[in-house]
Amino acid sequence: MADVENIQNKVARNKRFDGIFAIIGLLATLVGMITLAALILDLATNGLSRLSPHFFTSFPSRFPAQAGILSAWVGTCFVMIVTALTAVPMGIAAGVYLEEYAPKNWLTALIEINIANLAGVPSIVYGLMALGLFVYQLKLGQSILSAGLTLALLILPIVIVATRESIRAVPSSMREAAYALGATKWQTTRDHVLPYSMGGILTGIIIALSRAIGETAPLITIGALTFIAFLPDSPFKAEFPFISFEWLWSPFTVLPIQMFNWVSRPQQEFHLNAAATGLVLMVMTLAMNGIAIYFRYRFRKRIKW
Amino acid sequence: METNHEGTGYLRTQAQVQSLATNAAIQKVRERIIEFSMFLCALSSIAITLGIVGVLLVESWHFFENVSVIEFLTDTQWTVLFENPRYGIMPLVTGTVVTSTVALLVALPLGTVIAIYLSEYANNKVREILKPVLELLSAVPTVVFGFFALLFVTPLLQQVLPNLPGFNMLSAGIVIGIMIIPYVSSLSEDAMKAVPVHIREGSYAMGATRFQTAVRVLIPAAFSGIASAYVLGFSRAVGETMVVAIAAGQQPNLTLNPMEGAATITAYIVQVSLGDLPHGSIAYQSIFAAGLTLMCMTLLFNIGGYLLRKRFREIY
Amino acid sequence: MKNGPIGGKMELQEGVKALRIDMPATQMDTTTPEAAVERPQPIFDIENVNFYYGDKQALKSINVEIAEKKATAFIGPSGCGKTTLLRCLNRMNDLILNTRVTGSIQLDGKNIYDPSTDIIQLRRRVGMIFQKWNPFPKSIYENVVYGLRIVGVNKRSTLDEVVEKSLRRAALWDEVKDNLHKSAAEMSGGQQQRLCIARALAVEPEVILMDEPCSALDPISTAKIEELIHELKDTFTIVIVTHNMQQAARVSDYTAFFYLGELIEFGETGKLFTAPEKRQTEDYITGRFG
Repeated sequence: MADVENIQNKVARNKRFDGIFAIIGLLATLVGMITLAALILDLATNGLSRLSPHFFTSFPSRFPAQAGILSAWVGTCFVMIVTALTAVPMGIAAGVYLEEYAPKNWLTALIEINIANLAGVPSIVYGLMALGLFVYQLKLGQSILSAGLTLALLILPIVIVATRESIRAVPSSMREAAYALGATKWQTTRDHVLPYSMGGILTGIIIALSRAIGETAPLITIGALTFIAFLPDSPFKAEFPFISFEWLWSPFTVLPIQMFNWVSRPQQEFHLNAAATGLVLMVMTLAMNGIAIYFRYRFRKRIKW
Repeated sequence: METNHEGTGYLRTQAQVQSLATNAAIQKVRERIIEFSMFLCALSSIAITLGIVGVLLVESWHFFENVSVIEFLTDTQWTVLFENPRYGIMPLVTGTVVTSTVALLVALPLGTVIAIYLSEYANNKVREILKPVLELLSAVPTVVFGFFALLFVTPLLQQVLPNLPGFNMLSAGIVIGIMIIPYVSSLSEDAMKAVPVHIREGSYAMGATRFQTAVRVLIPAAFSGIASAYVLGFSRAVGETMVVAIAAGQQPNLTLNPMEGAATITAYIVQVSLGDLPHGSIAYQSIFAAGLTLMCMTLLFNIGGYLLRKRFREIY
Repeated sequence: MKNGPIGGKMELQEGVKALRIDMPATQMDTTTPEAAVERPQPIFDIENVNFYYGDKQALKSINVEIAEKKATAFIGPSGCGKTTLLRCLNRMNDLILNTRVTGSIQLDGKNIYDPSTDIIQLRRRVGMIFQKWNPFPKSIYENVVYGLRIVGVNKRSTLDEVVEKSLRRAALWDEVKDNLHKSAAEMSGGQQQRLCIARALAVEPEVILMDEPCSALDPISTAKIEELIHELKDTFTIVIVTHNMQQAARVSDYTAFFYLGELIEFGETGKLFTAPEKRQTEDYITGRFG
């Protein structure tokens, strides 16, 4: 009889602890949410005062109140163009190859191990590689081109994994229907597999690009400048051939580096500038990720297999 | 194979049949080229790894031509940019280890608790809100986290610990920990989700509570995936640059006390890169040696994690 | 129609005749044993075929001929290999890893498993309809013309002609002619399956393989498709795998009975169902197993 009571006590205790743990769990998740909220509030209270059209159209300066992020956001745009144009085609092609074409041999296994590894390499190490390889060995210099390529290699694993997962979700009945009509592998991939998986691939690309926008360390390593008072050459020219590639070779800075520069200064007023830049970065990142999450949600609901 | 095809229907003339045949041949060549280009893109991943390893090894080799490995590993001061430079990596290593330890002490427990909560306790609505929030947390640029650590967390901690210096490893570590919680929690949760339903049901059917099921049954079963999550968390913490560069200071400091400021391996690389780096100088080469050390640490931990997983792999 | 134990051979004969009272005259006449039927030309000559999924052997020494412009049914219990053999005929099994084929399958005298075979061409000559209809998530029009677009036929007038011809042949034209550009997914299951038939017909194959095309359809749609098969038989060779023996009896000229990877018996449908030679065939037909 005493045993039964014993057991009942233990069970009651377990249940109580279970309830307590539910609260602990909720609190733990709240840590993340509160941090996010505190972060945004901190940036807003400090930085809103600086946000103005003037902020976006001025170069950095010695005077905090007059300093702006013009060179930084233009630099970010140019670098992101190079990054996107490199990483997106390469990543999708690699993903398609690995899912549709690659035979199951040691080479494919080696490629897959590499991709998994690269996803875990610290971003600053990419910067080191780019410094040795792109900047000096290939003589691309400390330029937008080097920066774009570095970030492209950094986000390549993300694009590849997103592509593979989206392609895997395409049902095999679709492929069989195409093959039975005499379609070749490329025709099946191009006409059916890729259009289907585009939603998932796009989501992955957006997330990858938002990651690239926030990267600082590798770009500092390859020699981004922290104080630029000029803009790279415009890609559009007045006379023939109307497009120029000079801007690829130009020195540059990007938004996160500008923020880093300002927050490293001892003067309080520059910290306000840093907060404002942080706000811009947060809006961009949250917007892109929000769009990606929404996309993923819509995509999952829309397709009815 | 074409011989008996009557060519009725849309194929009207022999000429059309012929042109279709040549089209097919051209098509084949074109597809081969497309496949090969895609193969090259996939192969690039190996090229990138080789590039990383190559650059690190080559430049470190140059570095170690001028600095002995013994000095590198045992000297207690890292003063590369001074008049009389000292090249002991230990201060940077301790800086990295201390901040990472603080970070992991925050991230691993919280991340695992969140994983258990999301996997066993939370209903769908809660999950639908929490998971995107965690995802957004992981998307915040690290430089913003650095700002947060220096200008919010440190003053906050200074209210509790009045002797805390402006640059310290505690704030940086805590913020890094919060930053990597999403990685640990989502990977652990995926691992727990992947445990077959019948194992989970077996536990509940015996009257176990959610907590008991999670801790006694699911976590051991998902150990391999959870260990991977921990290893990834460690790699992220060790490789983190901006938060420490901003909030922990950039003075190499051989100490195990998180309440002091110190430089990590990554912060050093950033500090040197910000200045003038004549190509081929020892200062230039030193950042590659530092990077190599970083990779070795990550590699050792990855191998350790792999061996641990092999040992405790549950087969079901 | 549930198949219960019928008993003796006489009743079996009556029963089978009763099923086929409404069938058109192209079926074999079973009551006159000496109805002389010349052997039609074989289009497929399957010789000594063995098929392996890894180590597991799914087909054992299959020898059978498929007659041209006739309907041949493959019947047998689950797992007997009938679908495996069907998928060999257009080499769809190549898409599955770790499979092996020995023996030869000759289409018009040439072995389709010969390394020099052009698989793309093979699949245009031998089309396939699947158990679960799988139209592309495109419009009805685009579904039908896909087979033409991939060989470079893009002329609007040609495509329009082919669409109408194929949809008429699949008995779908009247139902969809005003909605050709609507999505295929909005049609009913039976219509989608007929769309898949139209899609296969557009390529002008010589053989159409059907893998249990009606098993997921209601009786009315099933009847429509069986009627279709009767009409298509005049122009195309049909090979149909079916679980439904009455369907095989209704629709096919020849039937092959498979069991555990072996071909047990093959013959004219009427004869196989009324006077099977092998004990196993009779047991299966009368429902003693399967």
